[in-house]
Amino acid sequence: MELLRFTTAGSVDDGKSTLIGRLLYDSKSIFEDQMEAVKQSSERKGLQHVDLSLLTDGLRSEREQGITIDVAYRYFATPKRKFIIADTPGHIQYTRNMVTGASTSNLALVLIDARHGVIEQTCRHSFIASLLKIPHIIVCVNKMDLVDYSEQVFNKVVEQYHEFASKLDIKDIRYIPISALDGDNVVNHSENMTWYKGASLLNTLETIHIGSDENHLDARFPVQTVIRPHADEYHDYRGYAGRVAGGIFRPGDNITILPSGLTSKIKSIDTFDGPVLEAFPPMSVSICLEDDIDVSRGDMIVKNNNQPEVGQDIDVLMCWMSAKGPRPGAKYYLKSTTREVMAIIKEVIYKIDINTMQRLDQDTDIKMNDMARVRMRTTRPLIFDEYRRNRITGSLILVDEATNETVAAGTIHA
Amino acid sequence: MFNKYYLNHLQELESEAIYVIREVAAQFDRPAILFSGGKDSIVVTHLARKAFWPARIPMPLIHIDTGHNFSETIEFRDELVSALGIQLIVGSVQQAIDKGRAVEEQGINASRNELQIVSLLDTIEEHKIDAAMGGARRDEEKARAKERFFSHRDEFGQWDPKNQRPELWNIFNGRKRMGEHFRVFPISNWTEMDVWNYILEENLAIPSLYFAHHREAIYRDGTWLPNSEFLVLREGEKIETKYMRFRTLGDITITGGIESDADTLEKIVVEVSATRSTERGMRSDDKRSDTSMEDRKKQGYF
Repeated sequence: MELLRFTTAGSVDDGKSTLIGRLLYDSKSIFEDQMEAVKQSSERKGLQHVDLSLLTDGLRSEREQGITIDVAYRYFATPKRKFIIADTPGHIQYTRNMVTGASTSNLALVLIDARHGVIEQTCRHSFIASLLKIPHIIVCVNKMDLVDYSEQVFNKVVEQYHEFASKLDIKDIRYIPISALDGDNVVNHSENMTWYKGASLLNTLETIHIGSDENHLDARFPVQTVIRPHADEYHDYRGYAGRVAGGIFRPGDNITILPSGLTSKIKSIDTFDGPVLEAFPPMSVSICLEDDIDVSRGDMIVKNNNQPEVGQDIDVLMCWMSAKGPRPGAKYYLKSTTREVMAIIKEVIYKIDINTMQRLDQDTDIKMNDMARVRMRTTRPLIFDEYRRNRITGSLILVDEATNETVAAGTIHA
Repeated sequence: MFNKYYLNHLQELESEAIYVIREVAAQFDRPAILFSGGKDSIVVTHLARKAFWPARIPMPLIHIDTGHNFSETIEFRDELVSALGIQLIVGSVQQAIDKGRAVEEQGINASRNELQIVSLLDTIEEHKIDAAMGGARRDEEKARAKERFFSHRDEFGQWDPKNQRPELWNIFNGRKRMGEHFRVFPISNWTEMDVWNYILEENLAIPSLYFAHHREAIYRDGTWLPNSEFLVLREGEKIETKYMRFRTLGDITITGGIESDADTLEKIVVEVSATRSTERGMRSDDKRSDTSMEDRKKQGYF
């Protein structure tokens, strides 16, 4: 059984909570006592219907304000796949949550109200999915029951979205007409829309091919820690522990340690369950080398014939996540894979209006939830690939030196 | 379309947890594993063993002892610690009460559950623990659904749900000031079903309490509460002998069991996959209010 991580974003009225509630309920992932608790809470609040958003809005302030503030993770499984939903709120001030949810997802679920077609929020969600290089998008045209299950209305929305999406960098987009309220095309094929010949939403989620989402070409192994047992049995054992971030490693491979440039050969790839002949993403293993050379946390093991960039000047697309904007000339801890260096923002090249996708060349004043293209300079070399090639070795976060808060997330472009 | 370079969901969750555990060892000076004797902390301990093999787990286990234990849990704990060859730190709620650091709850449903917070924070402070790893999962409870892998606690050990650090990709920010610490949850993305399937697949030893057995219990608030020297009977309640087991393990005074004949791991997996109520539904501590877990977590609960 494979694991599929997907993200949803939506506002109060587009039926996102209803859709998630239905996926959880129909896959028997909501238990009777949870349902009972939600029913009771709904009744106490004097609501006519069972408010499924109470299942996801768990924090006191969220319940009080009736809005989702934070990313909530939800789980369900069918006999075919296990799913992790990063459920994020849709309002503009929560761009940072959408970016967070998107960062670990293979797929984005975009909901469009059939009556309203593509609106600003649809564009915003899709644009963020494209910037974060989510490989697959499923566009659910929802509330088909309110437009008489009309094929024309559906086609019009598809056409509208298709035109908009041609400006984005998304490889795989699918469209499904649904009614989350009544369950049409969510789990089962709808009898109200016999004109729709495609798969239901759940069926699509279960079968969409995600095996090629990982990078299997460029071998990358960021070292997390060094394992030295100090026991008689393993006296000289020295294992470099980490999680494969790209490509395939095998014993006998000729490798280079970055940034030092020292070379060696892989002696063995070890796990608690025994040595393995191949290690690929996202496996956690320990690599032992033929030579006793200096390797430590923050270094990267790569193959000789395929190396990432090593440099101190990087071009970054950044999402600012802190209430206070960057201080002029401030230094930040920059964390990328297992490496940590100091960095400064040298120049804001432009900001991006995430609703119109326009560049704002004149506006370089970064605030919370802004997306901006910036040039950064690091104190020590960074080891990276372009984000479009590898989402792990091409991503970074900035940590404020004074407060220790994570203030920004970025994707590396050159 | 067959692709041999893929992990199944349990392998991927295992790999993610090992990655998180190794980050803890690399980013902190004095990490520890919070060990309750329950299945989730047993899985975390097993994952830590895998993460550092062939070396020993480079951190101690911390057990917060309420004094109201199942004796099976304590025996299990001591055997595991001696097999792993690592240090065990015990924080005692009884001692906190004796010292006047905590005040015993009174009344019919009194429990030492909330008092664990005091002992836990005292133990973390006394041993200067800067990262405490636990087996909490996001599917357990709605306040946990928004918890991070690396969860920051201020100098009072408190959690501020509105001011959590964003967590992106697989980059974890463990930076902190002196006196602050982190709680880390390597199996955040696991469900109860995943934990049981993993225990079955790895053939892990777990306390006998999880398997169906004969036990004296009373029926209260929808669960079978075990008889113990701490139990105060309400009017009309009577002790019966039941063939039962526990889905979660906590303090003996608040952990209810279910009638069951699941006496093997295979039978437990079948039972859990067919069940229609959550495991924490058996825990009276979570029934106190809609946000009782959030309230306890803010104060410093597990």
